[in-house]
This record gives sequence, C-alpha cells and structure tokens, in this order.
Amino acid sequence: MLRHLAARGYQLIGPTVRDGAIVHAPIDGIEDLPAGWGDVQSAGSYRLRRRGDGALFGHAVGPESARRFLTPPTRTLWSAIRTPDGFEVEVEVAAQQQPPVALIGLRPCDLAAIAVQDRTLAGPRPDPAYVEARRRSFVVAVSCSDPASTCFCTSTGTGPTVVGGHDLALAELLHPRHRFLVDVGTDAGADVLEAIPHSSPSSEDLEAVAAAGDAAVAAIRRRLDPRARELTAAMEHPRWDDVAARCLSCGSCTLVCPTCFCTSVVDTTDLAGARAARVQRWESCFALDHSFVHGGSVRVDVRSRYRQWLTHKLATWWEQFGISGCVGCGRCIAWCPAGIDLTAEVAAIVQDHQQEVDA
Amino acid sequence: MCRDDPMVPVPYRVAARRPETGDVVTLDLVPAAAPIPDPEPGQFTMLYAFGVGEVPISVSGLPGDEGVLRHTIRAVGATTAALSGTEVGHHVGVRGPFGRGWDLDATDGADVVVVAGGLGLAPLRPVVRHLAAGPTGRELAVLVGARSPDAVAFAGELAGLDRRGDVQSAVIVDAASPAWTGPVGVVTDLLAHVQVDVARAVALVCGPEPMMRFAARALEAMGVGPERIQVSLERSMHCGLGRCGHCLLGPRFVCRDGPVFRWSDAAPLLGVRGR
Amino acid sequence: MSTTTIRDLLADHRFFAGLPAADLDLIAGCGVNVAFRAGAMVAREGDPADRFFVVREGHGAIEVHAPGRGALVVATAGPGDVIGWSWLFPPHQWRFDVRAVTDVRAVALDGACLRGKADEDPALGYRLMERFARILVSRLESTRLQLADLYGTGEAAGVP
Repeated sequence: MLRHLAARGYQLIGPTVRDGAIVHAPIDGIEDLPAGWGDVQSAGSYRLRRRGDGALFGHAVGPESARRFLTPPTRTLWSAIRTPDGFEVEVEVAAQQQPPVALIGLRPCDLAAIAVQDRTLAGPRPDPAYVEARRRSFVVAVSCSDPASTCFCTSTGTGPTVVGGHDLALAELLHPRHRFLVDVGTDAGADVLEAIPHSSPSSEDLEAVAAAGDAAVAAIRRRLDPRARELTAAMEHPRWDDVAARCLSCGSCTLVCPTCFCTSVVDTTDLAGARAARVQRWESCFALDHSFVHGGSVRVDVRSRYRQWLTHKLATWWEQFGISGCVGCGRCIAWCPAGIDLTAEVAAIVQDHQQEVDA
Repeated sequence: MCRDDPMVPVPYRVAARRPETGDVVTLDLVPAAAPIPDPEPGQFTMLYAFGVGEVPISVSGLPGDEGVLRHTIRAVGATTAALSGTEVGHHVGVRGPFGRGWDLDATDGADVVVVAGGLGLAPLRPVVRHLAAGPTGRELAVLVGARSPDAVAFAGELAGLDRRGDVQSAVIVDAASPAWTGPVGVVTDLLAHVQVDVARAVALVCGPEPMMRFAARALEAMGVGPERIQVSLERSMHCGLGRCGHCLLGPRFVCRDGPVFRWSDAAPLLGVRGR
Repeated sequence: MSTTTIRDLLADHRFFAGLPAADLDLIAGCGVNVAFRAGAMVAREGDPADRFFVVREGHGAIEVHAPGRGALVVATAGPGDVIGWSWLFPPHQWRFDVRAVTDVRAVALDGACLRGKADEDPALGYRLMERFARILVSRLESTRLQLADLYGTGEAAGVP
C-alpha cells in the first residue's frame, strides 16, 4: 500500500522512531515504521519500550499529530519589495506547491482533531492554505490496540477505534498471522485499495478486531469529567493558583496539542530594508506577549494564562465552534515537564464547584 | 489568488499628515490601487509599515465622497511610530475593514450620549459626524475626556460642535492651568449635566478600559440599560480574521465579534481579571 | 411678582433634594446670596473656612499653587455642585485656592451657624452629613481616576 501511495505521488508521512520517540516524519516505506516498538507514558513522562513482537502500530500517540502537516509551523505568507514611494507585493512564489501527503498511522483522536481544525480553520472564514492542504492529503488511520495511561479518548468520545474521517482505516492483528483489516472511508480510499492485494475478512478476523477494540477501551483508565464544559463558572477557584505554582508557562502543551491553532504574524525585512516578508508561525497563549496591547499584556501572570488555555480548550471552544477543543489524546499530560494532568485539574475544580452549587 | 488573499495589504498613499496633539497624528489615505471596501463607523483596518509591522487602527474618518480614509495614530511602539511618521506621498499597507462597528440602528429614534476618553474619540468620530449630520428631533450629547487641554484630539471639530448649539458638547481634562476655562475632572463627572431621555437613550463609549467600565456603570446608574450601552474594546490582533487567536476574550474574537460590544455582553467578560 | 428667597434657591439645588421642608427653613437662615466676578478668588488656601458655597450659576476652579509651576486646576465645580467642606472639621481652613472661572452666583452658607443647628438637631445633622458624604465619595472616585492617568501612555514594556 505504501509503495502504491508513493507511486501515486504522495509524500508518505508516518510514525518512525527518532530521538527516543515515535514521531511523524517523511518515510520511504514500511521499513521505516516502528516495528516492535511500544511506549510507556504518564504525566511528564514518555519512553519507548521493546514489545517483543513485530507490531507496526503497537504504540499510542507521540508528540506530533497531523497538525504540523496541515498547518505548518512556519509559513511565508508573502514577500514584497520596496519601491520609490511604497512597496509591491510579489506574486505568490511556488513555495505553496507541496506534494500531496499521505498521512499514515493517524489515530482516531488525530482524526477527531482534524475534524476540530475543520471547524476552527475552515469555518465561515476559511484559511485557504489549510483547505488546500486538507484537500491534498490522504489519510490512512489506525485503530489503537495499546492505549497509553495518558489517553482519555473514551471520555471525549474520540477513540480508541476509528469510526470516521479516514480514507482508509486499519486494525492490526498479530495472531495467528500478522495482517490488517481495512475499512474504506471514501471513494479515494476505495480507489487505492483496489490496487492492493486484499481479501474478505473471516468472522474470526472480525471478532478479533472487536475484541481488541474492547480491550483497548478497558485499558483506558483516565477520565475527563464531562463538567469540564462548565469550567468558566469557576474562574476564581483557588485551584488555578495551585496549578499556576507548578506550571512553567513553557507552552509544551500547546505545541503537542493537535487542535491548538493560535498563530503569530511576523513582519520581517532584510538588512538593507529592500525586501520584506510576512511570516505566519505557530504561537502559544502561554507566551507572555500573546495578549500584549500597548503598555502591557492582559494576561500577565501564569495563572491567567493557564486558565485561558484550559477554559478555552474545554469550555469556550464549545461556544465558539460547537465542539470540544480536546480530543483526549493525552499528549499535554505526557509532554508537560511539570507533569500537570488537566483531567486532575478539572476534577479538582468541578468537584468543589458542584458542591457549592448543590449546597 | 494573491490579490484576494486577506492577509496581503493593499497600498494606500498618504495624502496628508496632520499632528493632532503631542504624539498623535492623523493620516489621510487615498488608495494607490484598488480601494478596500468602505468601512463602517467603529470598524478598524490593519495598517502596515513596510518591513516594520502591522497594527489594528480604528478608522477615524470614512472615505465618503472625498475618497479619503482617515486614521488617527498614537506613536507607542515601532510600528505606530513608523506609520505616524510616514511622509506625504509615501505608501502604507491597508487590510480590512474588519470587525463589528457601532450599531447605528439602535440609535434610531433615541437620544445618544457619546462618551470618549483620550484617543477613544477616534473610532467615535465617524459616528459623531454621522449623528450630527442626521435628523434633529433627538438629543445628542458628546462628552470628551482628555489628559490636558493640549491633548484633546480633533479640538477644532469639537469646538465647531459646541458652537452649533443643538449638540450638548463638553470637554473635561484631568488637570489644567488656569488658562483652561472648562471643567476639570473625569468624563463621568459630565454625565450629571447631560439632558437626555434615559428611557430611550443609547450610549456609545470608547476609551481606556477602566474609563469605559466607570462610564458604563455611571450610565447604568442614570438609568440607561446595559444593552443600550455600546463599548469598543481593544486586544492584540495579528490577523483581523478571527484566526490567530490573540484577541480572544472569553468566547469572543474581539476582531470579529467586536470591537464594539453591548455592555451587557462585555461586562461579565471584563469582570474577570486577566481573562 | 414674588422675590426668590434663599429657601427657594436652596430647594432648587440638587444638594438639598429630598430634605424635609423644616430642614430647608432652618438651613436657609444660615445662607446669603453671593456673586463673584470671573477671575475673582473665592477662597485662598489657609484662609479660615467659615462658609461653603452652593453654586447656582457659573463655575469655579479648585487649584493648588506650586512655585515654578503656577496654579494647577485639579477640579472644577459648576451649577448643582458644592464648593468647600473644610468648614466641617477643625482647623476649619481652606485647603485649596478657589477661583471663579466665569461669573459665579452662589448661596454662601455660614459654617458655624450650620454646625450649631446640627448640634441642636442631630437628625438634621445626619441628613446633611449624608449628603456631604455622597459628594466626597463621588469626588474621591473621580480623583482616583484622574490620578490613574488613564490617558497617559504608561511605561512602554519591551515589545518583543
């Protein structure tokens, strides 16, 4: 399948081991996939482990998602040259002519995140670059067999089994032989499957996949309280001070989050001042100057910035986009250097708040 | 495709440049190529100084018949200094117009109280001109607060309003020398003397955020309902399109859902410190 | 044609709004009509504060004088306002200069006279104090906002 996709002109992006993690990067073929690798994740901790078998997707999510391929971390919007009394914006360079990408190994939470980005970036005023990147991408998703302890997709209704948003979806089975069950999601997916040798699944196959799905659900222990949606009712809860004392405001959570969409626009010029460019890059609401408005920032302390991130992601996102901003992937928990677990923070806040309301 | 990209600025030529007060300059802009769509009172544009940066600036004068787009800029940083220093004949980049402006429909048949603090008068100027040129038969009060007598923007135009006799207009300053014969205090002090039918009055308020909060509360105490008080908010903006996320205030994108909000919507959002 | 009495003038003034008729009669006994030409000093810092003014027309400026800077106007008071509260407490001295900006017509109320009436009738005293407290609160609020220098540029934090 990978060879076929590559032959069709897709750049393959798939999971691969690099720098002690399973990241999403350009791959050449199946040999680059993390065969036999699994991961162990917890709050503030991520490490790889050897599985002792040949599973290609026997791991949970790494620090990256589809986000970096659909909305690149930096992008030059336009460049301009100085003229005697002003400037002239140059016609779009062919920089935007990227090859189409085939995103291999995305998890159901990643697909849910893409569905969220479809609302944040392709809503009433769509970002044309995002729309185009979406159009040119082919998605081969994988249902999860080995969730990490940081996963909580069952709380957000976004996993561990793929239910939609894919061109093709795979479920990996290892016994009695290594094979994949494929679900076709779109005509484009059907088209690709046609060209690959495949057969109909047996009833044992289907039962095995269902059992693996149930086992994955059972393995997910972390829960996000559904009352997270009401976080904005507790803006002065003392827990915000508590988490602010631990939070480093480093922004790692926003970097690994698959639904964060904040960007900054930076205008640059060359040394001679003859040529200027506008660059759009990822930004984090944890940056001190994110809310800078003449004289100072609105959110000057870590408390207000952490509160902004969490209440936006879990609560106000609903009001803006009709959906939660969180897909339960757990990346923010694993990759927080201070080991902050948002499910625990939410639990602490809504617990008290509910008691106040009931009393 | 490039020309339709909303992130690409359109060139405008500085036709005139007028210092208003100290560090405040008004630029008269005319399109160097195709113009942007006509802004409405209360909207803003993103103004670009080549190679320096881009900032949101309220429109202080609509193109109207003369085709001149006016912006009043205070030099507080690199970009605003570059913009306000642009010489006549040179270009700046313009994107927009953006945002939800003043709700003029709400002013139909209502007495209108305009409360402006400092440079907050700039986004109010187009609506004041619109109302002052409109039908009489309703009260219009224009109350302006400033730091000192030489910090009053559009002083000449305000004097003209004052001379008309059918507009309740007053300027109050924080401090002055005896050469100033007008009131000294804060703009809320002027509300006590305004004569409007509060039951059907609409207030349009713009200035530093604490001033807007105090003014809105004073208006409410007078009997103007919070849904009839409009305020214009300001936040960091990089795109103007509701995408970059800098201007978020609770669930609102100030660039898209504002910058003009009803006080009934804005009050709970502004009531949380550091939101 | 009836002449307007001090009592009538006071009844019209918003400072006394809501006072019982009997109170107004008592207070009026302490008042006289006064007028100041534009530019005249109504009071000087340090002068004995034996009266206060209920402004009817025109406005006055409350000033503080600083050598080298001249006079600085920190507040103004116009129709409906009250000028002077130093008569309330010892040492009964004006704390600021007060200058008529325009021609000013006011009712001047004798401090000692009013203090005496308030001593005799504490309920009247309470009602007067209530009104002064309201003015002082409003003045304090405005002053705080003036102090906050909201229209100033503030310190320019480093723009990254």
